[in-house]
Amino acid sequence: MKGARVTVREIVKRYGAVTAVEGISIDVKAGEFLSLLGPSGSGKTTLLMMIAGFELPTAGLIEIGARDVTYVAPNRRNVGMVFQKYALFPHMSVNDNVAFPLRMRKIDKAEITRRVGEALAMVQLDAYGRRAPAQLSGGQQQRVALARALVFEPPVLLMDEPLGALDKKLREQLQIEIKSLQQRLGVTVIYVTHDQEEALTMSDRIAVMNDGQVAQIGSPASLYGEPASPFVADFIGKMNFLPVEYIGSEKASHRIRVTDASTLSVTRSLSGRSFELSPGLSLQAAIRPENISLAPRGSGGPDAVAGTVNTSIYLGTHQTLLVNVDGRSGPPLHIQASASRDLAAFARGDEVDILFQADAIHLFSGKGDGK
Amino acid sequence: MSSLDVSSVNPAPAPRFARLFVVTGTSGRYPPLLTAVLLLPLLLLLFFSFLYPVGRMLVGSLFDPGFTLDNYLRMFNEPLYLKVLLRTLWIAFATTVGAFVLGYPVAFAMARAGSRLTLLIAACVLIPLWTSVLVRSYAWIVLLQRKGVLNDILVGTGIVEQPLKLIYTEGAVIVAMTHVMLPFMVLPIYAALRTIPKELPQAAANLGAGTFTTFARIILPLSLPGVFAGALMTFILALGFYVTPALLGGPQTLMMATLIGQQTTIMLDWPFAGALATVLLVVTLVLTFMFRRVLATSRGFANV
Amino acid sequence: MSETIALSQTRPSRPHVLGKLAAGAVIGLILFFLILPTLIVIPISFNSAPYIEFPPSGLTLKWYSEFFSDPDWMAAMLFSLRIAFFTTISATIIGTLAAIALVRGDLPGKSLVLGLALSPLIVPHIIMAIALYLFFAPLRLTGNFFGFLLAHTMLTIPYVVIAVSASLQRFDPVLEMAALNCGANRGRAFFEIVLPHITPGVVTGAVFAFVSSFDEATVAFFISGIEGKTITRKLFEDIDFNLTPVIAVVSTIIVAISIILMGAIRLAQNRTSTSQLGETAGAIQL
Repeated sequence: MKGARVTVREIVKRYGAVTAVEGISIDVKAGEFLSLLGPSGSGKTTLLMMIAGFELPTAGLIEIGARDVTYVAPNRRNVGMVFQKYALFPHMSVNDNVAFPLRMRKIDKAEITRRVGEALAMVQLDAYGRRAPAQLSGGQQQRVALARALVFEPPVLLMDEPLGALDKKLREQLQIEIKSLQQRLGVTVIYVTHDQEEALTMSDRIAVMNDGQVAQIGSPASLYGEPASPFVADFIGKMNFLPVEYIGSEKASHRIRVTDASTLSVTRSLSGRSFELSPGLSLQAAIRPENISLAPRGSGGPDAVAGTVNTSIYLGTHQTLLVNVDGRSGPPLHIQASASRDLAAFARGDEVDILFQADAIHLFSGKGDGK
Repeated sequence: MSSLDVSSVNPAPAPRFARLFVVTGTSGRYPPLLTAVLLLPLLLLLFFSFLYPVGRMLVGSLFDPGFTLDNYLRMFNEPLYLKVLLRTLWIAFATTVGAFVLGYPVAFAMARAGSRLTLLIAACVLIPLWTSVLVRSYAWIVLLQRKGVLNDILVGTGIVEQPLKLIYTEGAVIVAMTHVMLPFMVLPIYAALRTIPKELPQAAANLGAGTFTTFARIILPLSLPGVFAGALMTFILALGFYVTPALLGGPQTLMMATLIGQQTTIMLDWPFAGALATVLLVVTLVLTFMFRRVLATSRGFANV
Repeated sequence: MSETIALSQTRPSRPHVLGKLAAGAVIGLILFFLILPTLIVIPISFNSAPYIEFPPSGLTLKWYSEFFSDPDWMAAMLFSLRIAFFTTISATIIGTLAAIALVRGDLPGKSLVLGLALSPLIVPHIIMAIALYLFFAPLRLTGNFFGFLLAHTMLTIPYVVIAVSASLQRFDPVLEMAALNCGANRGRAFFEIVLPHITPGVVTGAVFAFVSSFDEATVAFFISGIEGKTITRKLFEDIDFNLTPVIAVVSTIIVAISIILMGAIRLAQNRTSTSQLGETAGAIQL
């Protein structure tokens, strides 16, 4: 089984006046694991349904391999699909479910038996062939669905929130199984999810979707480290947002005002930003919890911002502190550090200096809405 | 390369064909053309067996041979026909009232009884429903005729000395039609009663309401949608009923349906029969259309 | 509920017991009124006297043998069975296709088609009877098998549409999408995936179609001919002119066919709630 590339070009889908997908173009490489990540209503499922052939685009082009499949019927696309709620045929045994795509392809009986056996062995369910789907657990049913989608060796596998109905532990286990299976088989996977952790764990690349458009596409590390918009910054990982005022630039850094009493310098490059910088401009500063640290009040140096500890949460491997910025309302800052560090020394009510890592502050246009 | 050429020369047909026929729409819905193809046999059938014949009859009632409204005016000018129309309305109304009076207690018992008793009552309601109207009309003849079962009992026990004339009367028609319509009254009322939460009457009782108050203030109002649906159904069906009045009624109890039949097969006055049928159809359709919401709640038409 | 009320009230419970008994008696009488006309034909069909008599003075099967040896009755019976059988087939196929389109299809004006398909339940049969009579008579289609097939398919199709629609509502369309994705074309997806799931509805609709075609009297009365005559038309004539115990035999047979078939459906679909089945059942025989 060898993966095929999938090309989505300028795809638009409208339902009457409502636009579900607006001009999306994505090139999925052969053998790549691409996630479509976004909140509900972002168009990710609609896009997947158009690739599977269950929806027709209003405009645009879809190619699988070198073949234009934009208007090809779903049964002729030769792509595997795993549905959200398994969609196993309840009146057929596990064997018959997995054999179904092969029967539709008129493959001879002995060959079907052999390949069904292999496919079930691949998902560690070779002993369950005679059972009815209803006799299996949710995780087992999803494995059968996976076997059924892969048994005819499709070059592309589409998955529509396949783990959404399972509990967290099982979900994490299956994420690893699916990923290793995909790497072994080399099949191209397009995976729809609204769970950013899932997308980060499994994907080669993630397309973050919002309002029918791709907000950003890239590797998990680049999305996490270089979010292109507040939406992506907020959606991938935990992000603190602060409304700030631009003061001016000095050599390689920019100066921003956080509170009346404190200003900071930002050393991160602002290249590629679409907005004009001028003193007095309102901006949103965004910074990850792990890029903030604390010091006892008065020991933080010139760029420190005064704050008060609100809550301290111990989470095993790490520790999270919620800290209010003095002189400013809005939600507290999330600050995270490994549990071994001395954050543990701070407790509720402590007055502290908050230290922002100057090269980890992202600046976005627009007033922060207090996120 | 060649495929590129083809698609650039004529890009429209493939997408249009696919959009209309091949691909499913949102959440697996069928595209319009496929839907139309699946409906085609039904539409052909309905056209030839229903729309065309009824339409033809309608047109026939208006032309004799030129356009005329005589057949309709005749209905309202001749007292005999006006009387038949009024009698039909009266018998349908009486049947509806009778079915409500007898049907409500049955529905109430069915909704409140234990599961076994409910099954028994349900059998008593459903079995007549599954029995041919013709057979039931015959049974009423057996029961009500001069030497019938009821007269035998009445004379035998000495309640009356001479057998009573029970059959071929308006009363016989109303009793038999009430019997035929009873299930149509019971089932919607039962459905409405069953949706009343059990806690509601209990709560009313806790607040000091007596049995009667609880019934009048809580249960009856909440079951009214079922009553309306059942009553409307009964009334509409009773208006156009043929078999029972034809067999159990006499010349003095002529109803619309029997009159239409008579005009068609005996008088051979087809345009007039068509006019009578049109009036009956219009009344039925207007009632159905006006109260389609009410009917839909009871019969599950809405979610079909 | 009445028990709860009785407990919470200060009044003595005796009037309640009496009231309950009285209510029970009234309901018992109404149920007797409901069931009596169906059941009374059975003993009469076995009565030895040549006139109607209840209770019967002696038992005999002679009216049954008279019925089965009468060529007129047999011809009418076979004609009715033939019509009911083929009506069932055509109504089930056309109605199932229509139900699929109505539940799953995208088409403007769908609800209009639904209303039209269900209208034979509401429109008085006498109207369809004379409309069809006036249509068929000049074409010499009265008493004709195909005339009946057309008329009865139209009259019985609402039951199929309702029953099949109800089971389609419970079918998850994603299973059909999965079948298409597995490479099945529409036809195979229907026969292998959709049909097994809606079979109960299809069978229910078919049984209703059969019974209501077999029992149908009004339209059959008008579009029968001297030769092609249904059992209901013959029964109608004999009730009016020739009231013999053979009529009770025919009635018993008709009742038996209906109740056995409907009862079987009722038992087979025990999962379906009473009211839902009742509503489908409620549509019959108008």
